[in-house]
Amino acid sequence: MNARVYAHILSVIGVLLTVPGTVLAQGFAGLGSSAVGFDLPDPDTRFTFPEDHGAHPEFRIEWWYLTANLTGADGEDYGIQWTLFRNAIAPGGAPEDQVWMAHAAVSAPDMHLTAERFARGGLGQAGVTATPFEAWLDEWRMAGPSLADVDLTAQGSDWAYDLTFSATGPFVPQGQNGYSVKSEEGLASQYYSQPFYEVTGTLTLPSGAVDVSGQGWLDREWSSQPLAPDQTGWDWVSLHLDGGAKLMGYRLRRADGTDYTVGTWITADGAPTPLNDGEITMTDERRAIVAGRDVPVAWAVAVPSHGVDIRAEALGDQSWMEAAVPYWEGPVTVEGSHSGRGYLEMTGYE
Amino acid sequence: MTWPVLQALLGHWRRHPFQMVTLILGLALATALWSGVQAINAEARASYDRAASAIGGGQADELISPDGPIPLATYAALRRAGWRVSPVVEGWVDGPGGRVRLIGIDPLSAPPGTPAAMAAVGIEGGILSFIGPQGALLATPATAERLEGGSRPVRAVEGLAPGLAFADLPNALALLDRQDVDRLVIHPDQPLRQSPLTEVAPGLERARPATADDLGRLTDSFHLNLTAFGLLSFAVGLFIVNGAVGLAFEQRRPMFRTLRALGVSSGRLVATVVAELLVFALVAGLIGVALGYLIAAALLPDVAATLRGLYGAAVEGTLTLSPVWWLSGLAIAVAGTALAAVTSLWGVARLTPLASARPRAWARANRQTMLAQLAAALLALMIALGAGVAGHGLLSGFILLGGLLIAAALALPAALTGLLALAGRQRGTALREWFWADTRQQVPGLSLALMALLLALAANIGVGTMVQSFRDTFTGWLDQRLASELYVTAETEAQAAEMLDWLDGRTDAVLPIWDTEGEVLGAPAEIYGVVDHPTYRDNWPLLDAVPDVWDRIGAGQGALVNEQLARREGLAPGDPLPMPGGWTTEVTGIYSDYGNPLGQVILPNGVLIERYPDVDRLNFGLRIDPARVDEITAGLEDEVGLPPDNMVDQAALKAFSLDVFERTFAVTGALNVLTLAVAGVAILTSLLTLANMRLPQLAPVWALGVTRDWLARIELLRSVILAALTFVLAIPVGLVLAWVLLAVINVEAFGWRLPMHLYPLDWLWLGLLSAAAAGLAGLWPARRLASRPPSDLIRVFSNER
Repeated sequence: MNARVYAHILSVIGVLLTVPGTVLAQGFAGLGSSAVGFDLPDPDTRFTFPEDHGAHPEFRIEWWYLTANLTGADGEDYGIQWTLFRNAIAPGGAPEDQVWMAHAAVSAPDMHLTAERFARGGLGQAGVTATPFEAWLDEWRMAGPSLADVDLTAQGSDWAYDLTFSATGPFVPQGQNGYSVKSEEGLASQYYSQPFYEVTGTLTLPSGAVDVSGQGWLDREWSSQPLAPDQTGWDWVSLHLDGGAKLMGYRLRRADGTDYTVGTWITADGAPTPLNDGEITMTDERRAIVAGRDVPVAWAVAVPSHGVDIRAEALGDQSWMEAAVPYWEGPVTVEGSHSGRGYLEMTGYE
Repeated sequence: MTWPVLQALLGHWRRHPFQMVTLILGLALATALWSGVQAINAEARASYDRAASAIGGGQADELISPDGPIPLATYAALRRAGWRVSPVVEGWVDGPGGRVRLIGIDPLSAPPGTPAAMAAVGIEGGILSFIGPQGALLATPATAERLEGGSRPVRAVEGLAPGLAFADLPNALALLDRQDVDRLVIHPDQPLRQSPLTEVAPGLERARPATADDLGRLTDSFHLNLTAFGLLSFAVGLFIVNGAVGLAFEQRRPMFRTLRALGVSSGRLVATVVAELLVFALVAGLIGVALGYLIAAALLPDVAATLRGLYGAAVEGTLTLSPVWWLSGLAIAVAGTALAAVTSLWGVARLTPLASARPRAWARANRQTMLAQLAAALLALMIALGAGVAGHGLLSGFILLGGLLIAAALALPAALTGLLALAGRQRGTALREWFWADTRQQVPGLSLALMALLLALAANIGVGTMVQSFRDTFTGWLDQRLASELYVTAETEAQAAEMLDWLDGRTDAVLPIWDTEGEVLGAPAEIYGVVDHPTYRDNWPLLDAVPDVWDRIGAGQGALVNEQLARREGLAPGDPLPMPGGWTTEVTGIYSDYGNPLGQVILPNGVLIERYPDVDRLNFGLRIDPARVDEITAGLEDEVGLPPDNMVDQAALKAFSLDVFERTFAVTGALNVLTLAVAGVAILTSLLTLANMRLPQLAPVWALGVTRDWLARIELLRSVILAALTFVLAIPVGLVLAWVLLAVINVEAFGWRLPMHLYPLDWLWLGLLSAAAAGLAGLWPARRLASRPPSDLIRVFSNER
């Protein structure tokens, strides 16, 4: 899931945005320059929980990224996203040098409502504590006794959600024991996930309130390094497959048309198997015009080593996040060798 | 067919180039003054908007605390309760080039479109050049210059609010040595659910921001004033055009008739004339707009000084113009021409080929017309009085003003006719009786030009009286208010202590002038402290007070408020006065405080220090023997190390204040002169028009033996007498105007009422000037009459061709 902020960084390098909120985009752009003074990811690091659920301000960038595939009491499929980004504008880890950004969205086949918030650190407006766990920006909040058991809330001007996430499986390190490599040059991040959430709660939509239940996925990642300069964008999936297995995979696109793939096969009891570059393939099968851009909205995903040959298709084509750094993020339905559902994120489609 | 017609029509202008010049000049002048004033107003308003939208887009409401600053914890609590608000802190910073107002904003939470936040993103290096410990201050190039060389990097950004510097919130807090903010701007787009304000932050109040609206309201009087002048000049300019067009049409009647006889249809003729006028209007409009630009550019620095001096409103001294302005200038020129030419065009449209080719004298004295005008004047007067009695606010003040002027102008022909009839009643020679009767008969033809003159003169007298009264009151008030011989400002409190030590025994008194800022009754105000000293007892300009006001100040009781604050809030001595910090004192006196845009409260100095311990304690007034000012100044400089710039003697301060005052009214003066000049041209064109048409009336008098020279002299005298009479009538109108300006408009606009003084000597000069202008205007038609070939006059008696 590292892809996300990296992709954000990518999408703003060399692109001057003109709308309000540009503020953060520029901040991200600034981040792309150098990691001097910040800690760097280390292959020998092992996670210690609950401490690592909290912030790592000595690293430049970090995020808490939640998605959930939900089914409403009305029989409709829904998806939600809740993201908190931390960005340090100077090394040293001082709270006032942290800039926070949050994105939230609620999606259905013909609906995609989003909101975006920013805050500076040191004022109490945004932050993360590990015990008891709380991550917040304004009234948007993910909090509970521990990260395995949290309440989640966010809202926009005409929608809101209040959900409870309860983990039924372990936290899963991505990459090599949590050290996730992003390119042949060795750029990397610390990365773990919680793909085993059961979710219940209520969506408050412009059309009314809907009780929902389903599956959730959390990604936690921190790093200090930017992407390689020739990496132009990102296609990423996190999938809940029937039978309980989970698949995370992404494809970093390079300017020359080649790509670098990363993935993890997670068994139903939470045992991860990293997928090496090329072990997972992603091919776009259908494209749609989204926010004036030509964006793939259905993907053929194959992992022959695990017998996976599936098609992941957007629940709603128009799941565009019109944020300071725009990107596509929305729920997908899975068919083929396995069925299921999950989330798709794509960046760099300018 | 159209082309030959147009050629024929245009031939007239080749033969009468001066007429063409008059027409274009009149129209260009009218357009110039109008569009110049519009340009100035537009520039000022753009500046206010920039200042207002500096934070919160100018539209957003704010949360403020009546008890003083807002802790950052309250901000965080509000955000966490679902309130999308953005903190703003304000204060003054001393740059190497002087003091600058500093605004601290949080670009991360600022509402969309906040100019400073947008600017922060747009600067080289992006947002990271603005936020963070190394973040720069942003200001307009002029303001940035004043900050250059200070402790922080500065970036110049065009289009920011003038006179302000912007910093990222943490940097602003550090510069101002603050841990709290002044207000929270409310984001226009709030989320679905939020806790009630009363639960999260019960101490805060929702308020409209002090923004363009407020600044606009404050400066409305000034802009209405300018607009009124612009409109007046435009109206007067139209009189010129009306005269010129009328003359051209009368002279071309034979040509029109001939053209119609040759088969040119009435429609084509009118269309061609319209096309001709359109060309003139566009040419004159272009010249006028260009002139308007020059006028605006020349006046704008004074206007900016005025607005700064009177209202504390910062306006850029440079002009930026939009295409809309150019187009509206042209449009107003065309519309004005249409208005001025409509009667003449009507005449052309109705012209039949068999019509008389002889110039027809303009409308004769018509009792009915005059009565209708009188009725209209009465109506205007009633509307004016209604607005004056029932209405309140600046607009009704100006309705009162406008109504009075219109009523006076409409009543002018009747009044003149009456006066002339009175004069004609005296028995005299036949020639004298003819003179009065003929003059009366001319009034309707000249009435438009004379109305223009009346308006210009009345405005001149009214505004002149207002400015002079203001100047006299202001000067006297300055003498009272600036009682100390020397005013000094220490650089630090330590230096202040050292200075006091040194001054001990060298002065009659050292009066602290310490102040702070706060919100009093919902608006920003200055809070000063005074000690009980004869300086104040003897000099302070109190308008109203409890009997023992100074004893009570000495005992640490009560507060003085300035007239502005008292009028705005309806305060009188004895009323309670809630103060920032949540305590209440009593109003014990009200003093005049001209030129101050803000409310002001004066507390006993001990109370000031006790309630507001962080007051600025660096300013002092020194009472010394005026002869020793230089000696003390030198001593303070050499022995205490006070920079010379930090010491101002009374005379210099007075000179400075008067200079601000004079610059304030320089614009008014300039517009006054321009309006009068335009009125002079209006009379000239009207007289020229009439001169030709009056031959049938003059010829019989000539035939009876009055020489052409005599006739010319009589004509000259006539115009001077008409101007003089108009001037006499303009005096009362002007005085009423002055009274309205002083007693209604000033109170509404500034919050102070000025006593009215009369300046008859100024009127005398104005009277001579208007008579001279009318004489000058009449000179040329008179000379033409004197040198007219007798055959012209004889021809009047011949049969019609």
